[in-house]
Amino acid sequence: MNEALLEVRDISVSFDGFKAINALSFSIAEGELRAIIGPNGAGKTTFMDIVTGKTKPDAGEVIWGEKNVSLLKRQESQIARLGVGRKFQKPTVFEEQTVYENLLMALDNDRSPFAVLFYRHNENDNQRIAALAEEIGLQDHLEKRSGDLSHGQKQWLEIGMLLAQEPRLLLVDEPAAGMTLEERQKTVDLLRRAAQTRAVVVVEHDMDFVRNLDCRVTVLHEGSVLAEGSLDHVTENQDVIGVYLGR
Amino acid sequence: MQGPLTQFLMKNPSVLIFLGLLSAFTMFAAIGSEAFGIGFISTSMIKTLGKTLCFCLIAIAMDLVWGYCGILSLGHFAFFGLGGYMIGMWLMYERTRLIVENSMANAALPPTPEEIQEAIGTQIFGVVGGAEIPVIWSFAHSLPIQLAFVVLVPGLLALIFGWLAFRSRVTGVYLSILTQAMTLALALYLFQNDSGLRGNNGLSGLQNIPGLDHVPQSHISLYFLLASAFALGLGFVIAKLIVENKMGNVIMGIRDNEARVRFLGYHVETYKLFIFTLTAIMAAIAGAIYYPQAGIINPAEIAPIASIYLAVWVAIGGRGRIYGAVIGAALVSMLSSLFTGGQIPNIEWGPINIVWVDWWLVLLGVSFVAVTLYAPKGIGGLFDIIKLERNK
Ligand SMILES: Nc1ncnc2c1ncn2[C@@H]1O[C@H](COP(=O)(O)OP(=O)(O)OP(=O)(O)O)[C@@H](O)[C@H]1O
Ligand SMILES: [Mg+2]
Repeated sequence: MNEALLEVRDISVSFDGFKAINALSFSIAEGELRAIIGPNGAGKTTFMDIVTGKTKPDAGEVIWGEKNVSLLKRQESQIARLGVGRKFQKPTVFEEQTVYENLLMALDNDRSPFAVLFYRHNENDNQRIAALAEEIGLQDHLEKRSGDLSHGQKQWLEIGMLLAQEPRLLLVDEPAAGMTLEERQKTVDLLRRAAQTRAVVVVEHDMDFVRNLDCRVTVLHEGSVLAEGSLDHVTENQDVIGVYLGR
Repeated sequence: MQGPLTQFLMKNPSVLIFLGLLSAFTMFAAIGSEAFGIGFISTSMIKTLGKTLCFCLIAIAMDLVWGYCGILSLGHFAFFGLGGYMIGMWLMYERTRLIVENSMANAALPPTPEEIQEAIGTQIFGVVGGAEIPVIWSFAHSLPIQLAFVVLVPGLLALIFGWLAFRSRVTGVYLSILTQAMTLALALYLFQNDSGLRGNNGLSGLQNIPGLDHVPQSHISLYFLLASAFALGLGFVIAKLIVENKMGNVIMGIRDNEARVRFLGYHVETYKLFIFTLTAIMAAIAGAIYYPQAGIINPAEIAPIASIYLAVWVAIGGRGRIYGAVIGAALVSMLSSLFTGGQIPNIEWGPINIVWVDWWLVLLGVSFVAVTLYAPKGIGGLFDIIKLERNK
């Protein structure tokens, strides 16, 4: 393995005494695609919360990039600007605003209030937004209020917003939830394309979806890594079978 | 290639419509006024109209901070009042100085500067049992400095308060309560006789502009109406420029899902602080134009309830659309002065006896609840219905 882009070492978090994350270590390389699976409550979302700065761990370290920056002391917005993008479990786009406006906000332009206040629409950004919309299949809906999109389209818009941020690492929480079979296939393609230029971590319950991603798989259970490897490798693992079939 | 201004106006016809209506209104008032026109609008009515325009301006500020950025501030009248106090200090000091100097000019011996200062002090602070001019009045002789204070003092208060509150991520109802506490604390402080601002007497005689004694009130009131209209027009354009641009997208995003905006990489606290402070300054400017028309300011003006009314105006007018705030403020504050001013006849109907001075608040409360429940978009929502009908 080459240099890790993100390295998580021995993190632990407890909520009111309950250990949601227990001495978890995880690392992902630049440009890698990785799936995380695990039963409900395994700590998958909490893991993302820690990496993105939403939750502070009780112990452990989160190290980022070639300069080995610790993410623990950073705020959410700083971590995002360092290059970590995140898609939430529930699709969260800005429903009152159009697809275009959602993508515009996500575009990796200067985030300071001054720059935003004096922002002028320009051809360059419009072209990037058009290209992104094309990528996520929403090119005909740019002026649509995003609250009026279908569930699947909202999920894609959110992925599009992530791509617009040009992150080096994309954390995607259950992108296929509530999607039709056809939509799922599109989503797999979208994520695989995204992973050609950046690292992508996908949390997903759906095994067919994970199989189609065709990548390394990490199995989480009770807040730590149970197994790691190809999907076939981990599904043959006795511990994993035990967890999924009920001890 | 069109200029950015033309583009902005083309995309936002409401700006031109609003400015047109505002100019027409101002022209109408001038023509009807006692100053230059045919005189069917009394001077006190001109003042009421001018004051109403100032309310519309602070309502725009409220709509920006609450309707667009989602911060339900219940303290913006504190900034309005502070703006009034800052200009009031100059008005009162300078006028008193002119009067004192005039009356002393006839004395046998020319008065020393100390004697003049003492006479001014006694004139202004006699009511609170003092003759000393407090330090905070050090610049009261200078109009430019006090004008700068109109912006700086409330602006700084908003900046510090906002920084403390937003930094510790106080949101929602807790923030509203905190802003109420701020305005209450300020009012209580000003109520004290040794606050340096004449306690509960407040500042008075503000309608008399120093050096303009020879100009009749009918003229002065019209000038202030024009100033109010100008400030309102400017406030409307600035608000529109903000919300119809990327800044508007970001602050509406903060209103709808603050955490998501953070994960996009925006420093949410800075944005909130910017909007909070900017709107505080807008409120302060509105107050600085309002109180010379009202003639008097006292701490009761910034009682917590005033800021709550402000939220009611904006809710009734329709938040999240700048003209909605204007409609709400104009309508409700005008109705309020009609009902509480005795212009609407009381209802005496057998055992039922409705005295509007008392019942107006009930009526307002009921309308507020009704709007919240049945028309969350407020009066402005009616325009959506009209638009939909037309598009059919
Ligand atoms: N803020 C919180 N306070 C208390 N408990 C929490 C909190 N966040 C998560 N938990 C608990 O931590 C555990 C792990 O939660 P997490 O959401 O990370 O699981 P998950 O793997 O994402 O599950 P799912 O597949 O259902 O999304 C759960 O038992 C959950 O109840
Ligand atoms: Mg989860």
